[in-house]
Amino acid sequence: MSVAKPLPHDAAHLHVTGAARYVDDMPSPAGTLHLAFGISDVASGQITAMDLEAVRAAPDVVAVLVADDLPFANDVSPSAHDEPLLSDGSVHYLGQPLFLVVARSHLAARHAARLGKVEIAEENPILTIDQALAAGTRFEDGPRIYARGDAATAMGGAEHRLTGSFEIGGQEHFYLEGQAALALPGEDGDMHVISSTQHPTEIQHKVADALGVPMHAVRCETRRMGGGFGGKESQGNALAVACAVAARLTVAPCKMRYDRDDDMVITGKRHDFRIDYDVGFDDAGRITALDVRQYARCGWAMDLSLPVADRAMLHADNAYWLPDVRIESHRLRTNTQSATAFRGFGGPQGMLGMERIVDHVAGHLGLDPLAVRVANFYGSSCPGNPLGEDFNDERAEPGGHISGTMKPQTTHYGQEVDDFIGDAVVAQLRESAEYDARRAAVAEWNAANPVLKKGIALTPVKFGISFTLTHLNQAGALVHVYADGSIHLNHGGTEMGQGLFQKVAQVAASRFGVPLEMVKITATDTAKVPNTSATAASSGSDLNGMAVKAACDTIRNRMAEHLAQLHQCRPDEVVFEAGRVRAGAEDYSFAEVAALTYMARISLSATGFYKTPDIKWDRIKGQGRPFFYFAYGAAVTEVVIDTLTGENRILRADILHDAGASLNPALDIGQIEGGYVQGAGWLTTEELVWDDAGRLRTHAPSTYKIPACADRPDVFNVALWDGENRADTIYKSKAVGEPPLMLGISAFLALSDAAAACGPNYPDLQAPATAEAVLKAVHTARGDV
Amino acid sequence: MRTTFLLNGSEITADTSPTTTLLDWLRDRPGLTGTKEGCNEGDCGACSVMVTDASGARALNACILFMPQLEGKAIRTVEGIAAPDGTLHPVQEAMIEHHGSQCGFCTPGFITTMATAHLNAETDHDTTLAGNLCRCTGYAPIIRAAKAAETAPVPDHMHDTPLLLTENTTGEAPTEPGAEPPTTPEALATWMNENPGGTLIAGATDVGLWVTKDFRDLGPVAFLNRIPALNGIEVGENEIRIGAATTLTELHDVMAEHHPAFAELIRRYGSVQVRNAATIGGNVANGSPIGDGSPALIALGARLHLRSVDGVREMPIEEFFIDYGKQDRAENEFVEAITIARQSDNLRCYKLSKRFDQDISAVCGCFWIEVADGEVREIRLAFGGMAGTPKRAKRAEAALRGMPWTDATVASAMQAMTRDFTPMSDMRASATYRMEAAQNMLLRAWLEDQGQATNVLEVRA
Repeated sequence: MSVAKPLPHDAAHLHVTGAARYVDDMPSPAGTLHLAFGISDVASGQITAMDLEAVRAAPDVVAVLVADDLPFANDVSPSAHDEPLLSDGSVHYLGQPLFLVVARSHLAARHAARLGKVEIAEENPILTIDQALAAGTRFEDGPRIYARGDAATAMGGAEHRLTGSFEIGGQEHFYLEGQAALALPGEDGDMHVISSTQHPTEIQHKVADALGVPMHAVRCETRRMGGGFGGKESQGNALAVACAVAARLTVAPCKMRYDRDDDMVITGKRHDFRIDYDVGFDDAGRITALDVRQYARCGWAMDLSLPVADRAMLHADNAYWLPDVRIESHRLRTNTQSATAFRGFGGPQGMLGMERIVDHVAGHLGLDPLAVRVANFYGSSCPGNPLGEDFNDERAEPGGHISGTMKPQTTHYGQEVDDFIGDAVVAQLRESAEYDARRAAVAEWNAANPVLKKGIALTPVKFGISFTLTHLNQAGALVHVYADGSIHLNHGGTEMGQGLFQKVAQVAASRFGVPLEMVKITATDTAKVPNTSATAASSGSDLNGMAVKAACDTIRNRMAEHLAQLHQCRPDEVVFEAGRVRAGAEDYSFAEVAALTYMARISLSATGFYKTPDIKWDRIKGQGRPFFYFAYGAAVTEVVIDTLTGENRILRADILHDAGASLNPALDIGQIEGGYVQGAGWLTTEELVWDDAGRLRTHAPSTYKIPACADRPDVFNVALWDGENRADTIYKSKAVGEPPLMLGISAFLALSDAAAACGPNYPDLQAPATAEAVLKAVHTARGDV
Repeated sequence: MRTTFLLNGSEITADTSPTTTLLDWLRDRPGLTGTKEGCNEGDCGACSVMVTDASGARALNACILFMPQLEGKAIRTVEGIAAPDGTLHPVQEAMIEHHGSQCGFCTPGFITTMATAHLNAETDHDTTLAGNLCRCTGYAPIIRAAKAAETAPVPDHMHDTPLLLTENTTGEAPTEPGAEPPTTPEALATWMNENPGGTLIAGATDVGLWVTKDFRDLGPVAFLNRIPALNGIEVGENEIRIGAATTLTELHDVMAEHHPAFAELIRRYGSVQVRNAATIGGNVANGSPIGDGSPALIALGARLHLRSVDGVREMPIEEFFIDYGKQDRAENEFVEAITIARQSDNLRCYKLSKRFDQDISAVCGCFWIEVADGEVREIRLAFGGMAGTPKRAKRAEAALRGMPWTDATVASAMQAMTRDFTPMSDMRASATYRMEAAQNMLLRAWLEDQGQATNVLEVRA
């Protein structure tokens, strides 16, 4: 069976030879035109005059469009219809598209786009969280509040109390392939769009609205993306709509791709956050009261900010049971790029906030932060109690501990944590990574080294799996078996490098008991599978794997019934295995069975459908079961810092991650290694800087520094947790796209630990921990003014 | 402008504008779309190609490589890495086997860089791959693949012979009538005199961005790759003479012997692809306050040689930098060479940037500290990133010169340094941090002499 095998990425042989085609690599028809946006040079104001004569007169320019030239909806928002493709007269951020150039070449379009003379009556931009709070610019009427118990009263009775304020920077996706789309006009107003998108149905929908046609007139196709990470969930809308509108107008194929600088200046990024907290706790570090205020800088348009901020609230507990807790979330509107989805979707910010609070508590009490973590874990679902004496058995929640007859503990939003294995994962990693011995060795090393200091931290991850917008938890598939036994596979998920297509193909091959080579993976296509959800929320293989399984099983059952009839056996006695099909005494090749079934005039094509069971969620009340299950993991990171400059390196990382019964361990380990490095990058070198005018100063890889090769840990041990998903998922696997990013939190807290070794005070390290931020934390630890 | 070169083993002549990049040409004309555009500024490596000339094979960024720079050379793109019969190259096999690709967009660049390193038997993979960014894998599987392929033999087809070395060409660049490109320093001086406002193009790692990002009109251009006399390093008895068009890669190898701290600084200068193109003359001549070559050369007491039709003149290199964006160079002059006296080594270089590799310095401190009998005899403290030009910390030097090399002296010099500089705040660092880091670099030099561990790059878990 091909499921669970560590097979390479389905396109690996195409990647390494340069033969894998991305949008800009498609041979485009003669006469294809190229597009570029003219963008705003100021962050806020009203357009008073637009002189585009020089743009129109530039070489090879075919057309220049402004908002008034758009035939129908001037809207590329995925949520609130508040995001015009081209400015409607108001300017909301520096980088906002104002006009659209259509030219005969990419370079001609980009060049001409610089020639517009746009006069804007500038207004004072609102750029920061403080400015937005002062001006009261926010999405939704007021803050969202999720709470349990009575945090204020509990705080009053707490043995110890701390307050703090913590800044968390945003993150640029830096997918290596920039945003791109190609629109091919068809007959009778039809439009075929090829887009580098995680969400083909949304592209189809937005293009249909922009062209004033029903969705059936638009087809969106996506074979692969050169990276997405959430940055292609909604940010591709503008390019696809621009191409479609221009293609309709010029009756020519139109292509658009952003130059890297344009991509970084125009598109949204991970939300930056401030997290303020009051925490009450006992001598052992057990948190008895928690009051958290989350401030999310959402940028100028709503985009996906509400569910992002919701998910930050839903992960404000991480792996810890909080008896009395109040989470308040502010979604602030600023004159910056509209922050958007990014791997983890708010979860990382919420979780980092909690881990920082635990770190602060431990620092205050002089305890190993791991002891505080263990003391606060949710009740274990594991048989036996792997953590022994120091585990939180005696803590009282109505319902109490899962062991014996008691009920699981619940999150602050009322979901029972009935699958908690964070304790066991941490215990095993603590052992395999020799955490305790190494922590002692770090202290010893630090005592002998006045200039350089090491730090170590072990942090857990508990991440909720499912879209919190419940209706999105559905997927469709389309499977054909041809008369020669070859299989054509299609589903609603998109491939951005995560290996989804391969995993789902492994499912299909397993259902039919055939070698993987018999399954053809095809591009995601809204004309084959309609009404797809974005490939997001780590849901790709959970949803599409199940939908494909359903489609395959439909066809397989038809085959089995036919064979059963032929050979007087029961359908469930027909065995599909190793490319053969056995029915009674007969043994066929799969191809022979396909031919037999065809000859019997039985359909060899089926759709499959899946919807996630057992979830319900009220995001306003903050109550329900938003997640089908949780994915777990833990990481230990060891770092060294230079107390003269704050320069720092990750020396070693050990990871144990829960992918359930892995569909493909090689691909899952790839997600874990890559997620960790991306998460560590977010919290170290990746710093977004805007100046006082709202101009993004870090708008290219020359100034925005994602991890390079030597930034990965020198020693990097990654293992998969040996256990299957308790929830009924595809072959008992777990989602693995987003959770590993949050393993990078251990790198940040290891840096905090190293800074803490420099003096008696809590270092109050802020994110990202650039060398400058680390040096500041060293000063704080020392008590330097 | 016509350029003749080998492309994946076949000779080809391209007729392009002088500033058409190899990347644009590859994707538009022969339709070789395996080479990707990731950033269009030489910072991500997705467009890496292998270029072979008389000095050997090296990886370069095609996005900031102008077509005329390829004259006579041999180019191998990702489409030419597998053997002509389709047999995969060992690094391609290893990348599949070790799961080195996820989204695959950076992969062609990795493959060409890895294949070039494999050809040259280079196994310091962290250094050879520092210029290739991957956002998916976290690099671990790519390094596993690179290691796995180390011992495999180099496939025959990877040995390209550049065109100028083969017998059937004259070795002369094809030219258009009336547009003889200069091939000697004297001819270049004449060209500059006749082409005011013209642009010299050496490695194009900076000029490339003027074109790809700013759409700047370069005016008349002259390509220095056609002037052999500007290239190369002569190590004489009394001095080391470095031709202006010497690449950082070539400079690295010579400095490793004479001034290893400079070599280590160069190891972190850009990436392999950038160092293979960038020239030390270009690094100095553009006068950037944050270029890493200038502080090192100032600390070394290097001299700069300028040429024009009026002759040659020389000066201590620090005098070349007058003010931000202003150098002591007449419009018709060009940097011909840099000389460094042969001397025992007292150089230390400290580069501070957000990321260790392929990042522009927030502060670069290069110090020449000669201590004899416990006293500071000669001191040159040169900094990048602290002022509008690369600049010495004269007051700090004065606090040290002739004084005992002690923590007290260092403390007073650190104090004095606050009067040497008024650094700025930008996206790389705040002014306060720049000053503190610059001061602490001096302290680090002293602590090193006390035997303290001060380099995070040398620490292991």
